[in-house]
Amino acid sequence: MEESRRRFFRIAAASLLALGAKPLKTLGGYGGGSFSRLGTEAPRRRWAMAVDLTKCREGCRDCIEACHQVHNVPDFGNPKDEIKWIWQEPFRNVFPAHEHPWMAREYRRLPVVVLCNHCDQPPCVRVCPTQATFRREEDGIVMMDYHRCIGCRFCVAGCPYGARSMNFRDPRPFIRQIDPRFPTRTKGVVEKCNFCEERLAQGRLPACVEACKERALIFGNLEDPASEIRQVLQNRFSLRRKPELGTQPQIYYLV
Amino acid sequence: MKLYDGGKILAGLLIFLGLLSIPLWYQFGKSPAAPPLSLDTPQIRSLAQKECIEPADYMRAHHMDLIDLWRKTVVREGFRVYLSSSGREISMSLSQTCLGCHSNKEKFCDACHNFSGVKPNCWNCHVVPKETI
Repeated sequence: MEESRRRFFRIAAASLLALGAKPLKTLGGYGGGSFSRLGTEAPRRRWAMAVDLTKCREGCRDCIEACHQVHNVPDFGNPKDEIKWIWQEPFRNVFPAHEHPWMAREYRRLPVVVLCNHCDQPPCVRVCPTQATFRREEDGIVMMDYHRCIGCRFCVAGCPYGARSMNFRDPRPFIRQIDPRFPTRTKGVVEKCNFCEERLAQGRLPACVEACKERALIFGNLEDPASEIRQVLQNRFSLRRKPELGTQPQIYYLV
Repeated sequence: MKLYDGGKILAGLLIFLGLLSIPLWYQFGKSPAAPPLSLDTPQIRSLAQKECIEPADYMRAHHMDLIDLWRKTVVREGFRVYLSSSGREISMSLSQTCLGCHSNKEKFCDACHNFSGVKPNCWNCHVVPKETI
């Protein structure tokens, strides 16, 4: 009796240890892996966008309309439920640190086009408990897997740019015209700009870039030194939103 | 131990169990007829070689696994072309490839899913193109 009881405890303790060891190991491996990967292997492509604020026309919504049309973005008609992929904000909200009372009036009134920044260090990816949001290593796009999203909204809280919107209601009845080539979303799912990942796969430019008649949106590969975006970033002064947070946003604003 | 009114109780229990299992008795020995699945769409009619992504037997049993695999490869890996076992290259898309041929979702997908009591939630998001029958 005594002997078997001791054996039972021994086995129980050993299996508890074995069970505990596994998560510890994966945790160590995960942290180590992701750190060693930084900087060592450069991705083959790095998509980024530059927004030329000097060309952006006031009152123009071409990029927004084009994006929301191809991605079946609903319009609930009230700002509380609003779904935003690409939208406009006043300059002082986009660059709070850069506003002062004596700056040129056209800058202070200028609505600035904003979208997901496809950060190199995306906080939304770090907080997502299901890995529904993830960063594609090969081109840096911060993607969403709507199948996996459980609607916890950690990413909405985590994103410092407000680029994520939750579907509090069924979006289908609020989509002006459903494009069957792109899925809609469903109630309880978060969504955001995907840098037109589905169009890039076909070798096409993002819908917003294509729609901009002023050519104020410049899209390209940062890994390619000859690309237009690299040239323009080299020759002109550019700002990024909240760079002090260390998220490494990849939307550049030319001023 | 004595069971008062044992006969009545047991008889009552038997009748109750009998009523409860009516659905089993009702269908006993015969299997319900599977719904006919229509393969008659203009797109399929115009195909020279009437072959699905993989052989029909495999598709019948494992289409959900294949679609699930497609979903993971497209969304998470970023690959969009499927190489079938017969060597064809196929774009991995539910609403364009699958429903491109099976444009009669109601008579093809839904007929069998309703029969077998399966409720896939694909169509909550994926858009069904206009049906042509």
